[in-house]
Amino acid sequence: MERNEILKQVNAIFVDILDNESLVLTDSTTANDVEDWDSLTHIHLVVAIEKGFAIRFSSQEIQSWNNIGELVDCIASKK
Amino acid sequence: MKTFSQLKKNLKQDFTGLKTIRVALLGDTATQFLVQALRATGYEAGYDLQIWEADFNQIERQVFDPSSELFEFNPELVILFQSSHKLLAKYNKSKPEHYQMLADNRLEEINSIVSAINGQLNAKIIYYNYSEINDSVFGNYANKLELSFPFQLYKLNYELVRLATQVHNFYICDLSSIQNQLGKSVSFQTSVYINTEMVLSIDVLPFVAKQTVDIIAAMNGQSKKCVILDLDNTVWGGVIGDDGLENIQIGSLGIGKAFTEFQYWIKKLKNRGIILAVCSKNTESVAKEPFEKHPDMVLRLDDIAVFMANWENKADNIRQIQSILNIGFDSMVFLDDNPFERNIVRENIPGITVPELPADPADYLEYLYTLNLFETISYSNEDTERTKLYQVEAQRSVLQQKFTNEDEFLESLNMLSLVEPFNKFNTPRVAQLSQRSNQFNLRTIRYTESDIALISNSDNFYTFAFTLEDKFGDNGLICVIVLKAKDKETAFIETWLMSCRVLKRGMEQFTLNTIANFAEEKGFKQLEGEYIPTAKNEMVKAHYANLGFENSGDKWILNLSNFKNNKCYINKK
Repeated sequence: MERNEILKQVNAIFVDILDNESLVLTDSTTANDVEDWDSLTHIHLVVAIEKGFAIRFSSQEIQSWNNIGELVDCIASKK
Repeated sequence: MKTFSQLKKNLKQDFTGLKTIRVALLGDTATQFLVQALRATGYEAGYDLQIWEADFNQIERQVFDPSSELFEFNPELVILFQSSHKLLAKYNKSKPEHYQMLADNRLEEINSIVSAINGQLNAKIIYYNYSEINDSVFGNYANKLELSFPFQLYKLNYELVRLATQVHNFYICDLSSIQNQLGKSVSFQTSVYINTEMVLSIDVLPFVAKQTVDIIAAMNGQSKKCVILDLDNTVWGGVIGDDGLENIQIGSLGIGKAFTEFQYWIKKLKNRGIILAVCSKNTESVAKEPFEKHPDMVLRLDDIAVFMANWENKADNIRQIQSILNIGFDSMVFLDDNPFERNIVRENIPGITVPELPADPADYLEYLYTLNLFETISYSNEDTERTKLYQVEAQRSVLQQKFTNEDEFLESLNMLSLVEPFNKFNTPRVAQLSQRSNQFNLRTIRYTESDIALISNSDNFYTFAFTLEDKFGDNGLICVIVLKAKDKETAFIETWLMSCRVLKRGMEQFTLNTIANFAEEKGFKQLEGEYIPTAKNEMVKAHYANLGFENSGDKWILNLSNFKNNKCYINKK
């Protein structure tokens, strides 16, 4: 799967869960840049991404990403 | 079932106009998502759940401190969620010689929590039972060993059920059963647990919230009262008109087994007090044949309160069933294998529940189990008689057609009513009637059995429970009055409710005669009534005006010095 494709799909999941149509993610986006992306919502996003890509993250991975780019890399490593 | 993400969108909806209920949620794990799921699911059921969430792991602090935020919030409902994971953690930390005390200790703790709540609040309590965790320390031998964790957990769940039978306002939400239905791998997700301290997975949240809101809805008088059944390929396999009596599929062979088991389920619902009606596109005599003659039929004609088999549109037939039974469409469930008929009924009958039965009849029951359609918060022996009552009602309407004069008809019924104050025998039925009656209910006050005990013991209240029987049969307890002494002169009618199945018999007049005479004897000068409108009680809008009360602001007054008994054909038993 193309990295770009993954980012697009992750963006769509964020838009759905955060209910924010105008959200545009880039590799450097962090939780601080996105309204409502708190630690609780994070887990909800993670579960939705697991479902969307049919993958499973380990408990450590979930807390390891510093930005969207690292999340996308992690997804790419599993596809 | 909507997913948690879909549900969450409800939180942005406008909740104004919905019935508000103040709910306190106390848990020993993180419950933020559960709060969101509950509020969002409440919205779908028409409730604005105003949820106060205790800080994490604060159950004891909140309930044992009389000046806590919990008591300040003064909820109508308290939800308690003590998780299996925390129970296991407690077990793990205890000394081995204390293992076998786990369930007893926890039960004692729950008992004191419940007493503390009941000491300060007049609230109902919902308690989540314990979803099963097998720590696999003793293998299957755990079932033979009292000190094992699984043994203690099973014991605790059993003791909770017993506690619920003893404490009127204590209700169990069966989390264990939800986990059994969906599987532990769906209900519990380790990464969510590790990272957030939440023991419910994102996927299980809508199910837990749904069952909780089902209980809340039942507490507020919303429940299903009637199942309307299609016949061909719903109650039996095949088409009776084409295949004939010998060839329909039912019994112990092949797919027949699925229909037989489905019928047993329906029969249990009937025995529980759910009214059964048939709505089938068939010639009536042909449709009735299996009920009369087929040896493998579980359902018989005397199980069915109203039998509609003809070639008319099903929506029209269901409207007619509704007019005979006199219950709301929102308390009806329609089961039909045919998607076309389901859509017609769904589109034309607002409020009716029409489950999307799976294409394979073998799946009907498992699917219906998951819907939890028949939640209730009470059960009385009278429930089991309900079908007969409605069948008798059908006979009465045949007799009525023969009389042109209504007085003659009413007189011919030889009606008798037993009038008693609330007592321990009629309390369950009084509570149930107060929870179920929506239409003929002037102020729609719901009473639990413990509320009724309080009222019965108070000097300020006078209570009346009325039965009605006639030559066709006994309707049982059908009318409830609660009078409250407002001052020396005025008796206020706090509650006047009646079952709609005894409308147009003069029961209203008989009731008024009874309470007016009683109030006069007690030295009151006037009766005061009030009508509080709801979405469903329009039918009694003019109730007090019709009975000769005079309007006074938002109240209705009947002066007892001028009162003369109204004509009616009901005698005191």
